[in-house]
Amino acid sequence: MTRFIPVLAIVLAILVIWYVAAIPMNAAWQERLNQRAGLENLPLTEFVGQTWSQDKPLLPVPHQVVGEIWQATIGTDITSKRSLAYHAGVTLGSTLFGFALGTLLGVGLALVIVHNDASDRSLMPWIIASQTVPILAIAPMVVVGLGAVGVTGLLPKALISMYLSFFPVVVGMVKGLRTPEAIQLDLMRTYNATPWQVFAKLRWPSSIPFLFASMKVGIAISLIGAVVGELSNNAGGGLGVRLLTGSYNGQTIQIWAALFIAAALAAVLVIAVGGAERLANRSMGARS
Amino acid sequence: MSAARNPAMSQLQRALALLSGGVCALVLVLAILDGAAPLTMLAFAAAGTLTLLRFRRPVPFWLDGLVSLLGAAALLQTLPIYAIEPGFFWLALLACWSLAWLFVERLSQAIRERQVSGGFFGLLIPIVFGLMLLLIWEVVTRGANVPQVLLPAPSQIWARLLDSVPTLVADFQQTFLKAVLAGYAMGCGAGFLVAILVDRSPFLKAGLLPIGNFVSALPIIGIAPIMVMWFGFDWQSKAAVVVAMTFFPMLVNTVAGLNQASVIERDLMRTYAASYGQTLFKLRLPAAAPFIFNALKINSTLALIGAIVAEFFGTPIVGMGFRISTEVGRLNIDLVWAEIAVAAVAGSAFYGVIALLERAVTFWHPSVRGGRA
Repeated sequence: MTRFIPVLAIVLAILVIWYVAAIPMNAAWQERLNQRAGLENLPLTEFVGQTWSQDKPLLPVPHQVVGEIWQATIGTDITSKRSLAYHAGVTLGSTLFGFALGTLLGVGLALVIVHNDASDRSLMPWIIASQTVPILAIAPMVVVGLGAVGVTGLLPKALISMYLSFFPVVVGMVKGLRTPEAIQLDLMRTYNATPWQVFAKLRWPSSIPFLFASMKVGIAISLIGAVVGELSNNAGGGLGVRLLTGSYNGQTIQIWAALFIAAALAAVLVIAVGGAERLANRSMGARS
Repeated sequence: MSAARNPAMSQLQRALALLSGGVCALVLVLAILDGAAPLTMLAFAAAGTLTLLRFRRPVPFWLDGLVSLLGAAALLQTLPIYAIEPGFFWLALLACWSLAWLFVERLSQAIRERQVSGGFFGLLIPIVFGLMLLLIWEVVTRGANVPQVLLPAPSQIWARLLDSVPTLVADFQQTFLKAVLAGYAMGCGAGFLVAILVDRSPFLKAGLLPIGNFVSALPIIGIAPIMVMWFGFDWQSKAAVVVAMTFFPMLVNTVAGLNQASVIERDLMRTYAASYGQTLFKLRLPAAAPFIFNALKINSTLALIGAIVAEFFGTPIVGMGFRISTEVGRLNIDLVWAEIAVAAVAGSAFYGVIALLERAVTFWHPSVRGGRA
């Protein structure tokens, strides 16, 4: 419990700062509104209340955002295009699809790299270089290019997520598959183990902690990939589209609501991977 | 040649040698029958067929590389001759690729057995791989007439890049020199300073670290539209996004790094009667350097991504992200690729500079001394 007190204190401090900051940020616009309406010399408390309840504030306060989330998830039919839950579902779909592809690609590449020296030397530098390329910049092109040949929907966005999420998996898995020490590999040799047995009984189990650590990073960035992929594909819906339309229409509350949902989604996904890790550890007989 | 200089072929090498030699023989026959094939293609096919002799007497590995290079030249020369590439063309691509693979395979074996130095030849392997990738890209996109919207050929992108240097330079200045560098410096600097301040208070540390870790996993890039609303269309809003994206990785890593100095080392500083500042600068910051550089490296790519994506939400009519999103709309995909090439080079150079700095500053760290990272 003592661990949570500092965190709670910081969160509270952030909330207080947020509410206070909203007053000066929204004040200028509110004053103009009040002048037009002929309202003058309002008491300070009323003025503060006004800055916290604007329609399109520069900085919406938390309760407005929460209200918008509530209204757009619980208060709206889930099949409607205005439901945040629907858009979050679209984003979740491409995130998970891309994450699955990325993890498979990452594990596959790591296997090749660990078992073949030439591919280690030729692939590894390019895999690292591939991440210094601002891949998200390619997102619109992937979406449009694949759209031009008739591939639309989930796949283009998932490919972007895949490109982002395979990297941590490759790096982590190469490290993990190489953790068995020479003495352990020698022991397997004395057992006359086949290469397959060495892999299945020694290398793979010892790489599992690395796999999950990488997957936690991978799923978070695959969500980012999905959101950015949606920025250039407004037809399909998703949290990225909500951000974009909110930005075009000046609907700040809508932007913040989409951001909060994306953050919650990221948290849930990372926690889910953590849960899977605990399950895997338990089934492999690890002491918790 | 002694047996030691030409070690026995592995199964994979044997298969690759058979494949490349056999396919080359087939290419030779088909190309002669075709009649219009250029001389280089015939030469490549003949040379490739001759490498089959390796099963009788050893062939040095650089010969495979040379023949494969000849194959690349032959492919590029054959490309414009036919409207629809004949079958032997694709077979030659297969042979060229398998020869290059065989070359790399034997080269890495030679490095492993310490017959050649790992420095230059170790560098050669990824270069060969990259060139092969470029060759396949060029040959497949032009040979199979891949629609330009999907993927333009490298030569086309290169031509476009040379054509539009002024545009690219202006975009680079706007996005990289203004938004990325300013935001990167501010974000990393702020993260670093806050980390040092936070480090003095265990309570703040216990509160901020979980939040920092959590925020690092969030799609912060989503704040781009808000920043554009607050700071306007010009580079300031992009720099603000970059600040937000780089702050938390720096904070978390620096705090973790400051904990690296062990108790015994800190006790030693105490026995020297070192002040807080002396302990910080002479012991704890140097010990934290690997972590700080890790954050700097992560942030170098994040910064470029942040600035480019933020430009999707509104910008003056210059900038890399702006160019990418508008030219995609106009289906000028070759210009987009040229822009991406610039971004890739800029990103790699940025990363490389920081990696070099890291080697200079953390020369004492095992990962630097150990050689291969």
